[in-house]
Amino acid sequence: MAVWEQIGPYLTGAWLVLGALAVVFGVVLAVANRFFSVTVDPRQAEVEEALPKANCGACGYGGCAAYAEAIVLGKADCNLCLPGGAETAVRVGKIMGLVVAGLTPKVAVIKCQGSYANTSDRFRYVGERDCRAAAATQYGQTACPYGCLGFSTCVRACPFGAMVMDAETGLPRVLEAKCTACGTCAEVCPKNIIEILPKDRYVHVLCRNRDAGKAVRQVCKVGCIACHKCEKVCPVEGGAVHVNDNLAVVDMQTCISCGKCAQECPVACIGNFRSLRRKARKQAPAADAA
Amino acid sequence: MEVGYIELAIGSILISNFILAKFLGFCPFFGVTRKMSDSIGMGLAVIFVMALASAVTAALYRHVLLPSSPEHANVLALAGIPLPPEGLVLVLKTISYILVIAGLVQFVEMVLKKSVPALYRALGIYLPLITTNCAVFGVALLNTEAWRDPNGLPIHKATFNGFCGGVGFLLAMVLMSSIRERLAESRIPKALRGLPIAFLCAGLMALAFMGFTKLFGIAV
Repeated sequence: MAVWEQIGPYLTGAWLVLGALAVVFGVVLAVANRFFSVTVDPRQAEVEEALPKANCGACGYGGCAAYAEAIVLGKADCNLCLPGGAETAVRVGKIMGLVVAGLTPKVAVIKCQGSYANTSDRFRYVGERDCRAAAATQYGQTACPYGCLGFSTCVRACPFGAMVMDAETGLPRVLEAKCTACGTCAEVCPKNIIEILPKDRYVHVLCRNRDAGKAVRQVCKVGCIACHKCEKVCPVEGGAVHVNDNLAVVDMQTCISCGKCAQECPVACIGNFRSLRRKARKQAPAADAA
Repeated sequence: MEVGYIELAIGSILISNFILAKFLGFCPFFGVTRKMSDSIGMGLAVIFVMALASAVTAALYRHVLLPSSPEHANVLALAGIPLPPEGLVLVLKTISYILVIAGLVQFVEMVLKKSVPALYRALGIYLPLITTNCAVFGVALLNTEAWRDPNGLPIHKATFNGFCGGVGFLLAMVLMSSIRERLAESRIPKALRGLPIAFLCAGLMALAFMGFTKLFGIAV
């Protein structure tokens, strides 16, 4: 036990040093804990748990945690979460003891049909494969200055994987079953082609071109030429579709989604999502069962 | 040999940069450099913890671990507790430094949580990770190495050295994050995307920092 004889007499010192350090930090941290303690409303964690945690910012706050804090402090309504939709709003409302009125689910709609077949390019763009960079180069390479540039910026930005690039058309497609209407894609699109619209409105004008009919005809086969035919066939009193600035726009408040304008449109630039969404609704319960 | 402030600063920021020359603290170097703002926050937190840890560990080294000398007194010896002739340096250096750093990080965490919650959230898991960050531990150990000063750096110089080590850390973080922000938008071969290309960049940066060896004739 030679080692023990060597270090034995000095162990007291070693123990004392470590013990003293432990006590000092213990006391300092205990005191700090009292002075710097942050009281958090226990409901905040519950609300955060109920949110989808996509941190998309569609509510107007910097992420789900910040939104949960705002809800608990009474600064925000509990139905602002677009990805969560009505379900989340009701759940958050339950935690906060509030009754939540119904919410219409929304979905992203891509308002351009400028596929490879329907339009062409003005020049060959060789820069960064990003729509925002392309848009900064002579308004982008597409013949239509309002059209989709097709570099998948929205697809990459989607936090839910709800968008895909269609290789055949060169246009993005929204997978409506996955889309939460968070609006991230609409925000990154430099051409403002994507809009977040109510899911129970089926008829949308899938064009953004505000040029006169002749100019549109020259650049795209399916661009709105502002012929006013949709206005004439609309059965709604006062009309639910109006041509403003050479572009037809459907009024989401009054439109009854009858689809007459979509049938009449001579250039087929009005899309009817009725059959697509009905099919999706029929398939959804089957998918749940499986 | 007395070490001057300028030599300490150039030494810890450029010549023996903690990340790019000593290869310490790689965890946050790759973990938090995806965004410039996060890496700056992390760098500032590390500067603060490094300076504070250097001050406390230097004091601990001089007045508790080293045996008494004409320049400074050992607290234990004053209290009449028997000490080995070489002091408690070999026995307690590592464990007491870790204790000090862990305690300090806990304290900083509490203060940040109360006073700057935004920074606290941005740092996230990396703040508690500073506890086990080898760069912070490394600066504490290197400050009290015998080759710098037989008694370890004096407290004010140790603190300054810790601060400079933190500045060097921040510099490396900012350089790396600006490179990685560009890399995110570039076309990179699939096998190299993400961390692999970051490691390659780090290697090239370290190579570049080797050019600072013996800068202004300072040997560190």
